[in-house]
Amino acid sequence: MSVTTLPTLALARRQPSWLVRLFDYKPFLIVMCLAPAIGLLAVFLTYPLGLGIWLAFTDTTIGRRGVFVGFENFQYLLTDPLWWNAVFYSVVYTAIATFGKFALGFWLALLLNNHFPFKSLLRAIILMPWIVPTVLSALAFWWIYDPQFSIISYLLVDVLHWRTTNVDFLGSPWPARFSLIAANIWRGIPFVAISLLAGLQTISPSLYEAAMLDGASAWQRFRYITFPMMMPILAIVMTFSIIFTFTDFQLVYAITRGGPVNSTHLLATLAFQRGIAGGELGEGAAIAVSMIPFLVFATLFSYFGLARRKWQQGESND
Amino acid sequence: MTDTAAQPAAVATTPPDTMAWDSGLRRLMMIYLPLGCFVLILLFPFYWMAITSFKPNAELMNYKEHNPFWISSPTLAHIKHLLFNTAYPRWLWTTMLVAIGSTTLSLIASTLAAYAIERLRFRGSPYVGLGIYLAYLVPPSILFIPLATVVVQFGLFDSPLALILVYPTFLVPFCTWLLIGYFKSIPYELEECALVDGATRLQILRRITLPLAVPGLISAGIFSFTLSWNEFIYALAFIQSGANKTVPVAILTELVTGDVYQWGALMAGSLLGSLPVAIFYSLFVDYYVSSLTGAVKE
Repeated sequence: MSVTTLPTLALARRQPSWLVRLFDYKPFLIVMCLAPAIGLLAVFLTYPLGLGIWLAFTDTTIGRRGVFVGFENFQYLLTDPLWWNAVFYSVVYTAIATFGKFALGFWLALLLNNHFPFKSLLRAIILMPWIVPTVLSALAFWWIYDPQFSIISYLLVDVLHWRTTNVDFLGSPWPARFSLIAANIWRGIPFVAISLLAGLQTISPSLYEAAMLDGASAWQRFRYITFPMMMPILAIVMTFSIIFTFTDFQLVYAITRGGPVNSTHLLATLAFQRGIAGGELGEGAAIAVSMIPFLVFATLFSYFGLARRKWQQGESND
Repeated sequence: MTDTAAQPAAVATTPPDTMAWDSGLRRLMMIYLPLGCFVLILLFPFYWMAITSFKPNAELMNYKEHNPFWISSPTLAHIKHLLFNTAYPRWLWTTMLVAIGSTTLSLIASTLAAYAIERLRFRGSPYVGLGIYLAYLVPPSILFIPLATVVVQFGLFDSPLALILVYPTFLVPFCTWLLIGYFKSIPYELEECALVDGATRLQILRRITLPLAVPGLISAGIFSFTLSWNEFIYALAFIQSGANKTVPVAILTELVTGDVYQWGALMAGSLLGSLPVAIFYSLFVDYYVSSLTGAVKE
């Protein structure tokens, strides 16, 4: 009797310790901990990224498996005026919006870096445009840009009497393009300002004191202390900003859907129109893939262009 | 050198009254006036959204007799229409479900990953961290077409489950990054003590590291919730039927009908759809600011 119970008892005692030991075995634990994150990213990010590049070389449509067609999609895009139009507007949109966001955001960050009452409340309020779903604030902009009942037109025509007719914000190409850029800048300012404010607060006040003793003017203090010290954080925030402005989709899709006469298509909205709405998955994927070189270039440019100056600064200072 | 430093001081001491007044005015012009403009412009669309949702249609379309900046006879008609004549409550519910589901999933995945990368240091752990960071730089606009085919392959098309599984692709990199920073700030000695006392790695994670990382977890959680609440392009591409749509997509595709836009209802929908994140935000402002700035600084 006792002979039969002993092994089971020992087994019962050994089993949990075996499990516990397995979970304390470092390589196993590392694999277990990384598995969910790596698994999710591999299945829903890395695989689709590769699949997207593959789709760009096929003529897949919705409901039909495509065959490999080589560079045909890209050759077609190069002859497509709409694609060139989208490239042009994507670059213009990114350039002007990024410049506006950073100029105004930096200014706002400098303003917020002063001491005044209710500072944290103000900081909280300023982040609102970034917190609220972009599509919903885009709808508010759509209503603000309404051809008949635009509040801006009302102000300009009926209150200030600067104009006699309503502004046609979204009806013709260039005003529509700039209206979208303005909405994008509006949405981007808070993120830039709050990130840069965090950077500003890390600059030691003693640097400014030293510069003031040396007789530096406010502009010189900004130019030779604030700006170089902000370079690393500017590089990171700008890289992010450029990537997500260039691939923006929501604002344009919500306000103009690429119109009037396809003048405000960004590459992302064009890819959606062709790929999902039009069903030409291969061509849509090719448009999406054609964004990658621009992104890589913009990232390298903003990151290394700005970061290198920081290293030079660091070398000369140290 | 001494001359230039002494001169302004001398000037400042001789006429103190005018200088004080001057600097007060200067401060007003240089700081408060621009700040006021910024706040006005940044908040105006929300004010406009809110005021439009409570305006009766007659006032909305008539600026001559009614001051457009104010409401003479506020009405709840637009909100009532939204709640009882459309599937709005259903959309809110779906959005909430998707946001909570994907936030939970990505919090679990990224806590474990951040712990492995930061605490169970192994050969190549910085590279895994870098790889996850790079995943954050892949924008959804490049991924949505191939992801749509993947979602169809998995038989998840038109199901909110697809969104719950796909959102972690941009949530996990962010959360992992944020949590690595938090884990770094927890002294490693605490874990060493526990190891010496014979605790297992999982016990350490559960009893010591996690309780100390609670602020980080809250930051990552509310951030993920906001990001998934706001997500648009995946929800637009993967959900077809009206009932399963999330709020941002549904307002744009279901409420915008015909040539005459129901601006009152649209703005009321936008207002209601923004409220949950706005309330969430007002409760956890400091966490938002710290996670936003922390993520950039890392």
